[in-house]
Amino acid sequence: MSWVDICSKDDLQANSGICALVEEQQVAIFYMPESDALYAINNYDPFGKVHVLSRGLIGDLNGEPMVSSPLYKQHFNLKTGQCFEDESVTVPVYSVRIAGDRVEVNLAGEK
Amino acid sequence: MSNKQTLVVIGNGMVGQNFLVSLMASEIKDNYNVVTFCEEPIPAYDRVHLSEYFAGKSADDLSLVEPGFFEDNNIIIHMGDKANSIDRDTKTVVSDKGVVINYDKLVLATGSTAFVPPIPGNDRDQCIPYRTIADLDEMKVAAIKSKVGVVVGGGLLGLEAAKALQDLKLETHVVQFGPRLMEAQLDDGGADLLKQKIEDLGVNVLTNKNTIKIIDGDKLKHKMVFADGGELETDVILYSAGIRPRYEIATDCGLEIGARGGVAINDQCLSSDNDIYAIGECASWNEQIFGLVAPGYAMARTVVAHLAGEEAAFSGSDMSTKLKLNGVDVASIGDAHAKTPNILVYTYQNGVDGIYKRLVVSKDNKQLLGAVLVGDASGYPTLSQYYASNIELPEHPDSLILPSRSDESVGLGPDALPASAQICSCYDISKGDICTAIEAGCTTMGALKDETKAATGCGGCAALLKSVLDCELEKAGIEVNTDICEHFAYTRQDLYNLIMVEEIKTFSDLIKAHGQGQGCEICKQTVGSILASYWNEYILQNEHVQVQDTNDTFLANMQKDGTYSVVPRMTGGEVTPEGLIAIGQIAKKYGLYTKVTGGQRVDLFGARVDQLPLIWQELIDAGFESGHAYGKSLRTVKSCVGSTWCRFGVDDSVGLAVELENRYKGLRAPHKIKFAVSGCTRECAEAQSKDIGIIAVEGGWNLYVCGNGGMKPRHGDLFATNLDKETLIKYIDRVLTFYVQTADRMQRTSVWMENMEGGLDYLKSVVIDDKLDICERLENQMQHVVETYQCEWKTTIADESKLKRFRHFVNSDKHDENILFVEERGQIRPANIEEREHLLAEEA
Ligand code: SRM
Ligand SMILES: Cc1cc2nc3c(=O)[nH]c(=O)nc-3n(C[C@H](O)[C@H](O)[C@H](O)COP(=O)(O)OP(=O)(O)OC[C@H]3O[C@@H](n4cnc5c(N)ncnc54)[C@H](O)[C@@H]3O)c2cc1C
Ligand code: SF4
Ligand code: FES
Repeated sequence: MSWVDICSKDDLQANSGICALVEEQQVAIFYMPESDALYAINNYDPFGKVHVLSRGLIGDLNGEPMVSSPLYKQHFNLKTGQCFEDESVTVPVYSVRIAGDRVEVNLAGEK
Repeated sequence: MSNKQTLVVIGNGMVGQNFLVSLMASEIKDNYNVVTFCEEPIPAYDRVHLSEYFAGKSADDLSLVEPGFFEDNNIIIHMGDKANSIDRDTKTVVSDKGVVINYDKLVLATGSTAFVPPIPGNDRDQCIPYRTIADLDEMKVAAIKSKVGVVVGGGLLGLEAAKALQDLKLETHVVQFGPRLMEAQLDDGGADLLKQKIEDLGVNVLTNKNTIKIIDGDKLKHKMVFADGGELETDVILYSAGIRPRYEIATDCGLEIGARGGVAINDQCLSSDNDIYAIGECASWNEQIFGLVAPGYAMARTVVAHLAGEEAAFSGSDMSTKLKLNGVDVASIGDAHAKTPNILVYTYQNGVDGIYKRLVVSKDNKQLLGAVLVGDASGYPTLSQYYASNIELPEHPDSLILPSRSDESVGLGPDALPASAQICSCYDISKGDICTAIEAGCTTMGALKDETKAATGCGGCAALLKSVLDCELEKAGIEVNTDICEHFAYTRQDLYNLIMVEEIKTFSDLIKAHGQGQGCEICKQTVGSILASYWNEYILQNEHVQVQDTNDTFLANMQKDGTYSVVPRMTGGEVTPEGLIAIGQIAKKYGLYTKVTGGQRVDLFGARVDQLPLIWQELIDAGFESGHAYGKSLRTVKSCVGSTWCRFGVDDSVGLAVELENRYKGLRAPHKIKFAVSGCTRECAEAQSKDIGIIAVEGGWNLYVCGNGGMKPRHGDLFATNLDKETLIKYIDRVLTFYVQTADRMQRTSVWMENMEGGLDYLKSVVIDDKLDICERLENQMQHVVETYQCEWKTTIADESKLKRFRHFVNSDKHDENILFVEERGQIRPANIEEREHLLAEEA
């Protein structure tokens, strides 16, 4: 288990996403201040086949936190990576935490 | 050999075509080989709305024939060929072009012609009957070199023809033989008021004029000389003084003819020959000829049923009418002249507001026998239901025509109508039919129209249809779910009102107060758009970022490979050489693909997110602004070169386009908005396909609204004519603000208009007559947006903290290495997947 330092807490965008480069992987990190929740998933959109998920709109669907792809609007569960529209598709999910005023991601700790 | 019989239909007008459609929808459609003769050069079109040909409708718009109808149903149509004679012994029809056909059954649907009074000189050049599209084309040509037009005939059709002459910008006169306008329908009081109203529209009305000859004019083409010694000079004469059924072909083959002309028919619409039917305006039933389309359709249905061996009888039709004239409300029902013996009459006359209403009721005060409405025909749907369904009148029938000064409603609620009540007279659809369709799942107006055809004829019954629908849905406890998503149990319009009334400025405040959960892309974008329309704050202000669509967040359109396009504004499509050079240099420096868009400007593609601020800094330095290509907002105002250069230009279309684009740029709306301005009616800017279209004409600017290109093209509706610039801008302000406030999310103006109850007339009443008393507010709201405009890119570049967002990685300066291009036709394009893998492998 190795936690990688990413950025300061101020670099997070409330109710929106940013993208980090972690060990050559693109990681999308989302922050919902109301529920004080942080999520990290792979930035790759399996439908559009490009790295853009960090730029999708976030919110919830049926009570589950989600991001909607900016390209073709599929929704992905931020906790599990499961696509809402297509059962056979999931995107990788990673651990993410705030330590002090720093944001850290742990790739090995796939949830 | 098939054992099918041959059925021949002579005449492909409104009723002939309706018969074919009914036949093809019936179970006996396969029993016949069907052949029809169509004398006119085009198949059936909507004669009822013929006059709209001058208000922007094309022959195609008026067509009553679905594409492929004849081919798909194996109907042989002889176009432009007139059936010349019938031989009843050999059962053959011979046409002008020499086609000879043996029939088993024959249907005459030859309609009628406009009556041309037998005046010497009546066939001079530019003396035209008003009946067919060909007549209208002739009028159009004649109007070009004319100043003055006269309509002979002051009935329903004559007044419509007068409107057509006005649309052609001719000084217009109506010459009426008798003492009253609309003699068949109106009494003296109603006709006097109507005359006054028609004159207020700028039409000169002459009554009691017997034209004795038409000769060469002194100043104009013709001179009409009247029996009283008077004279009138004119360039064009239109005949619209009644109709004459066409039955020569029936006379020639010895069929029985009615006393007032027309092929005599019985209740089954059979002529005196058992194999020949007659329907529509050429038929005479009980010595009556019907000059309206609804009875013709009823006859067509009767014939189909009779052929199928069902019991069916045509039983006459009521001749109630509502005039389709712009700006004048006139309606007449039943026995308007109170000719029935032993009756009571109520009259209400209001000289101040120009309203005249009269009710004719039975002696016992219980049954409505007739009515006349002038100046205010809003009571027509209710009254015609009392009349047609024989519903007992309220205790004081005059309450139906007296103005209601309190809130009490005397209208007949849809619930009070019996199942047999006819809702749509064009297609004879009863309330019962409608209820059956609703039960079967048609819960929207669109579905009901598709299923039953109600409200797809003259459209006069649309409001009534809607109220029946609403009432039935309410009774059935069916709640139509109009919530925008799971987070808000509201429609877009509700949300707009909440934001406005409670002065809510952020999504967070709104969802806390009125919603649940965190939101989703639907409600977030909707609310983001409403907040931007109403408050017009900078959309990347911290609290607004979360509700922007990706394109708005980065102020650029994301492309398939995750890069962005950059579209600087070029108002009206105008650009200086310096501007073009600057764009070229910037594109070259950043290696961007350039293309001229369909919106008359240049698009630069292939910019990485981190390059966007750099590119925009250079564009702004060169004098450009954001083109808002990423927003649901005003896109472009397309223009043609106009009077500045073009030899035909009537006014400065580029100047106006630039001014309008600058006025409305940045306006956020439920969907994107496009304008165009053409310098003359050649319409090089294609204004009639835009949300807002403007065309320069001699008298000013003509305004079209709610056009659309795209997926479902729609021609804009002509909204107002000959406007000066100030009024034009006022109307556009109002239309757009009203759209922004009331449209559904992602609804273009075209769909908004299609769904608007009352349609174009309603929009006009709100925007031109200020029916809702909101115009001032609409204008102020637009003024606020105009005054608070900012170039979003300028604001963004000036704010260090915003620029942080335009990095691909928050923790690295690297780019997304998966963005790769290849060259094509001298420019870049995104590499496809194989090319990408190849390129990545090469790099490694
Ligand atoms: C660039 C351009 C094509 C071109 O190379 O010419 C274009 C490109 C796109 N159009 Fe368009 N449309 C472009 C002119 C048009 C036109 C022609 C016009 O404006 O005169 C039309 C038909 C006119 C109309 O809108 O009524 C047009 C009808 C559409 C539609 C269908 C809209 C409809 O109501 O049916 C869509 C889809 C939508 O908006 O939902 C669309 C959507 C799009 C989108 C935004 C699709 C997308 O989500 O990626 C494209 C992205 C543009 C970009 O990245 O910049 N585009 N699009 C044109 C940009 C014009 C400009 O300068 O802003
Ligand atoms: C300007 C105008 C406005 C109107 N407004 C209304 C309104 O508001 N409400 C309403 O109910 N009605 C209205 N009408 C009347 C309505 O249009 C007619 O009632 C309807 O068109 C009658 O249909 P039809 O098929 O009988 O005749 P038509 O539509 O006239 O069709 C007859 C067709 O048969 C063709 N034909 C004739 N003889 C032959 C032959 N021997 N061989 C081949 N073809 C032949 C003719 O060329 C014609 O195309 C209006 C009419 C006009 C002109
Ligand atoms: S619309 Fe008229 S003015 Fe404009 S370019 Fe075309 S012809 Fe010229
Ligand atoms: S009454 Fe004409 S469409 Fe219904």
